[in-house]
Amino acid sequence: MRWLAQLRMRIQMLFQRGKAGARLDEELRFHLEQQIAENIAAGMSAEEARFAALRAFGNPALLREQARASWSWTWLELLWRDVCYGVRTLARTPGFTAIAILVMALGIGANVALFTIVRSVLLKPLPFQDPERLVRLYEQSADDSFPYNDSAAGVFAEWKRLSHGFIDLAICGYGGYNLSGSGEQLPEAVRAATFSWNFLPTLGVRPALGRNFTASDDQPSANPTVLLSWGLWKRRFGGNPSIVNQTILLNAKPYTVVGVMPAWFAFPQPTVQLWTPIYYKEPANEMKAIDSHDFRVIGRLKPGVTENQAVSELTLITRRLHDQNLDDPFVSKGANIRPLLDSLVGHMKTPLYVLLAATGCLLLIACLNVANLLVARAAARRKEQAIRTALGGSRLRLLRQHLMESLLLSAAGGAIGLLLAGAALQWLVSTRQDMARSESIAVDGVVVVFTVGLIVLCAAFAGLISSLSAKSDQVLSSLQESSRAHSAGHARARLRAVLLTLEVGLTVVLLISAGLLLKSYDKLRSVDLGCLTQNVLKMDFTLPEARYSQPAQRANFFDTLLARVRNLPGVQAAGLVHPVVPGDGYGGDSGFTIPEHPAPPQGKLLYAMHRWADRGYFAAIGIPILRGHTLDGTQQPGHASEVVISEAFARQNFPGEDPIGKHLRTLGQRPFEIVGVAGDTRYTAGEAIQPMMYFALDAVDDLTGATLVVRSGRDVTQFALPIQRIVAQLDRDLPVSNILTMDQVVGRNTLDASFDATLLVVFAGLSLLLAAVGLFGVLSYIVAQRTSEIGIRIALGAQREQVLRKVLLDGLRPALLGLAFGLVASVGAVRLIQSMLYGTQPLDPAVFAAVSATLLLVAALACIVPAWRASRLDPMQALRTE
Amino acid sequence: MGKPNDLVQGTLDLLILKTLSPEAMHGWAIAKRIQQVSGEVLQVQQGSLYPALHRLEQQGWIKAKWAESETGRQAKFYVLTAAGRGQLEKETANWNRLSAAIELIMTEA
Repeated sequence: MRWLAQLRMRIQMLFQRGKAGARLDEELRFHLEQQIAENIAAGMSAEEARFAALRAFGNPALLREQARASWSWTWLELLWRDVCYGVRTLARTPGFTAIAILVMALGIGANVALFTIVRSVLLKPLPFQDPERLVRLYEQSADDSFPYNDSAAGVFAEWKRLSHGFIDLAICGYGGYNLSGSGEQLPEAVRAATFSWNFLPTLGVRPALGRNFTASDDQPSANPTVLLSWGLWKRRFGGNPSIVNQTILLNAKPYTVVGVMPAWFAFPQPTVQLWTPIYYKEPANEMKAIDSHDFRVIGRLKPGVTENQAVSELTLITRRLHDQNLDDPFVSKGANIRPLLDSLVGHMKTPLYVLLAATGCLLLIACLNVANLLVARAAARRKEQAIRTALGGSRLRLLRQHLMESLLLSAAGGAIGLLLAGAALQWLVSTRQDMARSESIAVDGVVVVFTVGLIVLCAAFAGLISSLSAKSDQVLSSLQESSRAHSAGHARARLRAVLLTLEVGLTVVLLISAGLLLKSYDKLRSVDLGCLTQNVLKMDFTLPEARYSQPAQRANFFDTLLARVRNLPGVQAAGLVHPVVPGDGYGGDSGFTIPEHPAPPQGKLLYAMHRWADRGYFAAIGIPILRGHTLDGTQQPGHASEVVISEAFARQNFPGEDPIGKHLRTLGQRPFEIVGVAGDTRYTAGEAIQPMMYFALDAVDDLTGATLVVRSGRDVTQFALPIQRIVAQLDRDLPVSNILTMDQVVGRNTLDASFDATLLVVFAGLSLLLAAVGLFGVLSYIVAQRTSEIGIRIALGAQREQVLRKVLLDGLRPALLGLAFGLVASVGAVRLIQSMLYGTQPLDPAVFAAVSATLLLVAALACIVPAWRASRLDPMQALRTE
Repeated sequence: MGKPNDLVQGTLDLLILKTLSPEAMHGWAIAKRIQQVSGEVLQVQQGSLYPALHRLEQQGWIKAKWAESETGRQAKFYVLTAAGRGQLEKETANWNRLSAAIELIMTEA
């Protein structure tokens, strides 16, 4: 029964504390009265009796506290009281509170956002069944220059047939389709991927609606089938479940929709909108080829099989294939394996961790700044603290209150930061769909726990640092000192200077990293692609095979299109290229031999990047023809026999000879005569120049798409609509996609670099601002503390310039020390970002110098106002202030 | 003279329980009774008495009720609960063992 009594007591104490308090007072008063009554009975006068009783009774407030301390829930009451008190004191200085909360919100928000990204993208397992058993398989090229090369479908077939270490192997490829509109809908070019029928079962994923491909769907003679992404289904088909088993038109051919994938499914990329069976889509000879590395292979390891075992097994199989085909140097010699997660996001590790480190620095700076503000506050409230200590406030109690204030600040900051992070992430996910796994970025329970952890950590850090300086045991000196405070804040000022030095140092590290990334990005943007980038527009279109099966039909379309585009007033030149313009990606390569040269030694790979272009392409995009002439456009379709090579190609394969008139034999094809040498271009800004060969558009049998390039003397974007109209006149089912200026192409391909640089610059700018605010605050505080001292000095004849210089030096000292510390730390820190830099040395003297100058300038600006104010003090007023 | 009223905490609890065992009492009376019975040796300070009373109440050994005191004023009377009576027996036995042991050492050693 005792626990029942205790429970009742506890409930009573929780809900009727006020009443219990009143009763306690009553009880104590009764005791006092009894004592007085007794004293009177003993013969004292009324007054005497009262005093004697009070003396015996002791400090009534303390007594009450001691009795209350034995109650249950006292900790809760004290906590609540601390919260109330904290809120009241913070509300009394709204300016300080707002700044501190904002600083914390920025620091915590940035960290929460980055942590969410790192967790969702890098750390969270893939949303597939037993994801840790899933691996990506690579070929290792015969000359070892590509240890992680894409796979050929023929090699995949051998792996699948002969290996024992995998539950299953599956293959996936890329593609794109024209999705025809129904009713008033416009046609649309959609990105697609191709899967073997066992791809989804290997991942352990099922469609949300309908079914997966069957083995019979996945062969050349099958009826065409397609799986839709959730997004496409919602957007284009109104989310109507009856879409399953209906047909849609892809490249003007009817495909039966067999299913819709779940909303979270985004493989291999978030931009892919539909999937078709790979053995149906790709030509049979492509799926048998063992030297055409165009596909991605995944596998599920059997339990107990290690990656190493699997690699050696695959290498054995590949090696045998290689040895059976010694005449083909493009058959790989080995194989490699990487966890599937690594293969998807491995390249993002360094940039993301660098950004996370930067936000960590930012948070540390924010904490230091808040700690700094709290130290200033503690100094201003010294007298109050001393009085409270004198009245019996224990040191622990005061410390707790101190911590409560910083906890309140960081909790409010954390809450706002969480909101900021949520908004930033939403923006990021919507703008950076090209980022792998961006679809999985979401704030979840772990992130909330992380936020709470950060809040507590920041509160403890800021609170403890600032309360270190609160020496509440020196009550008397405080009380005396505060009447005329001159040297009062010295210890505190020193602590603040140390904090500031740290702050400035971290800021320097951030600034230098940001400066390096910015410079590297600038280098990347100003790289010469080898062609014009101003006033050049490009757009892609794909000709549906169903309607353009004959080469003559395609040639006719291209000719008509070019003729009409060139006729538009204002268009200076137009041309066609396949698959990509410079700066827009690798676009593939082919092997070749030179009939005029002796056969290369066994195992030596001769290959170059390939492009197909019409005769006007070089002029349109501004690639100079250095020797010979451009491709001849008068030949019969299907009989093109000319090739133009790039300068690097000539240098590499025809050193010291004239390539014009020589021939190239691409594998399995007729010889092409070299008729010209064109200037070099880069396939991606930031990558080295590679040898390249240009064939005529109609040299390729199954050319289905091309990129139109248009040049004009002025604003070239105005031609986008007229050209689209021309395309629609030629074929109303033909969508035009990726309409971009060359500048935009470069921008899109350097997006990662610009993104990382921009974020880091923002973080560095914020911390510079925080450091400046910190400097300004400290110096203003020192000046305010020493107002009367400075007043006396001026009254005694100190020159105002002397005062100015002295105060300025006081403020600049931590800045200078911090700068030195930051420069030293940067030398180590920049190694982290070395791999992210293009054409920039990690110890770039210009960046280091610029950062130092910026920092000193900002520090001087932050210090000059308080210093100037100090030098302009009116001595009379200064002496009267206290 | 030292401080005879500096009682070991557990001992004050025992004294309170013992004092309350015959009848309900208010705080002042408890302090007075302990003082008188001990021949003025043990003086219970308010600073110890009330926290102890409240602690015993929270633990359910004693309970309180408000009633009219001998002077006609409302006062808080404490009374032993059944559990408190059991606790008193236990602590008394404990005390006897302990004091006998100390007694033994003081006379023999």
